[in-house]
Amino acid sequence: MQQVFKRPISLKDVQTHFCPGCHHGTIHRLVAEALDEFGVQGRTIGVASVGCSVFLYGYFDIDVVEAPHGRASAVATGVKRARPDNFVFTYQGDGDLAAIGTAEIIHAANRGEDITVIFVNNTTYGMTGGQMAPTTLVGQKTSTSPYGRNQHKDGAPIRMAELLAQLEGVAFSARVAVNNPKNIIDAKRQFKKAFRYQVEGKGFSFIEALSACPTNWGMNAIAANERVGSEMADYFKLGVFKNTDNM
Amino acid sequence: MTKRLFVKGNEAVAMAAIEAGCRYYFGYPITPQSDIPEYLSRELPRLNGEFIQAESEIASINMLLGASATGVRAMTSSSSPGISLKQEGISYMAGSELPGVIVNISRSGPGLGGIDASQSDYFQAVKGGGHGGYHIVVLAPSSVQEMYDLTMLAFDLADIYRMPAMVLADSVVGQMKEPLVPNKRPAADLPDKDWAVRGKGDGEQRVVKSLFLGDGELEAHNWKLYRKYQELKARECRWEACQTDDADLLVAAFGSTARIAKTAIMMAREEGLKVGLLRPITLFPFPERAFLEATERTKKVLVVELNTGQMVEDVRLSVARDAEVAFYGRPPGAGSLPTPEELLEQIRQHY
Repeated sequence: MQQVFKRPISLKDVQTHFCPGCHHGTIHRLVAEALDEFGVQGRTIGVASVGCSVFLYGYFDIDVVEAPHGRASAVATGVKRARPDNFVFTYQGDGDLAAIGTAEIIHAANRGEDITVIFVNNTTYGMTGGQMAPTTLVGQKTSTSPYGRNQHKDGAPIRMAELLAQLEGVAFSARVAVNNPKNIIDAKRQFKKAFRYQVEGKGFSFIEALSACPTNWGMNAIAANERVGSEMADYFKLGVFKNTDNM
Repeated sequence: MTKRLFVKGNEAVAMAAIEAGCRYYFGYPITPQSDIPEYLSRELPRLNGEFIQAESEIASINMLLGASATGVRAMTSSSSPGISLKQEGISYMAGSELPGVIVNISRSGPGLGGIDASQSDYFQAVKGGGHGGYHIVVLAPSSVQEMYDLTMLAFDLADIYRMPAMVLADSVVGQMKEPLVPNKRPAADLPDKDWAVRGKGDGEQRVVKSLFLGDGELEAHNWKLYRKYQELKARECRWEACQTDDADLLVAAFGSTARIAKTAIMMAREEGLKVGLLRPITLFPFPERAFLEATERTKKVLVVELNTGQMVEDVRLSVARDAEVAFYGRPPGAGSLPTPEELLEQIRQHY
């Protein structure tokens, strides 16, 4: 019998701690599939961030460095400069990358570090219990915006994929979603492109993945999944914002 | 004939880093240490190394964390306000058991303070400046030659004990020029870095981390770190004892202040006062035993610092029970560096 579907070898055969309906598991799988496809598992160094994604080393069968909150792109810079032949990626959430780590991501991108940054945007701080994130939508209620995010007081959500695309050092920037099979297939394509940039030594690649957080949104998994495709994708448009080599 | 150079203390640090095999430097400009990044920005690219002027001291220390995690020798340098920013990363490096050298050409504070010589970062350096109850190796050079030699030692101790090491100096030793013998890197018995992340290949996954959530894991990890600190105290204390054998009064001082104290002691000796200098070279581990043994004989100690009293606490914890410990210090700032005559007067008063 022919095997047509299997676990990527870069993923460990373990259960995750992610909540039902969370998209981290799907995004982990897409990352692992891309690692497998380029055959780089053995020379990959992953940089974990602080938040729900901190247990990267528990799920990926690769070498991992754990970075302080927000500093993953700076840590990855040090790793990559010391080991230019390794494949280096960070995996960061929205609080980590778009709030406390804004300086680090902007400057790593602007230097054109030859790394890949995976940015998971679920519009909230998941690990700490659903506080307002820099990507929380206007009007969205969280545990620290109980009356809804107020644009005049809290600002509007940051569109990181578009923002980083402005920088000369960025070779590739895209936003994907994994809320339905069509989007997952497209996301897989974009992950491959993002990884190819680094495999070919062509510069900084950034991929933002919209993700559901049913637990902290106070929704069931189906409603949360739907929110990604409607409310979130309305504001955070899916697409490729930079693709310097037309991959 | 041994080659002798005439260089600044900060340049000596940069030269020693290169001699020690460091090829990766990450930093951010701040007075009075900018000669270090300037020197390395010129020299490292010629050696196939990497120099990054980062966006902040926070980014610099995290680049150091990343590079060190791969097993290479790497360094950052800054001055007090910048070192405060690095404390987060230093805590993570201590927790992740990562080597790495941090140079603090400290300046006066608090806040922006000033750029003058200062010893007010002693507590921050030796007591664990960030969160979590850790220590790092702290070395205190008092000459350009020691800036060179102790920088090389910092790399070795960091690698041997798998922890960050700091060279703590100030503008007196950093900015002045003195003759330097650029010694070769000393032979050292260094452990394999089999913990470094370099890509797992066909082997087992390696993880560099400071998060330990399992029942009992973090306690065990902290006991492991504690044992390293005890081992450092037992094996690595370094100090200079100058004219202490017959002394009736010991002056204790480190770094720049020890130079001034040494002049004052020579002046006191000319007056017939039997005074000696005990100068800690390792501030962590603090040479407790040296102070205990010296004060078994000499019952009076005068601690001199360029602050209002920090190392004096460690001296008091170390001396014999019947020893008297006095303190003289001035907060750092323009014009507060004590003169030899001023310290001589203190010696006379406490003799």
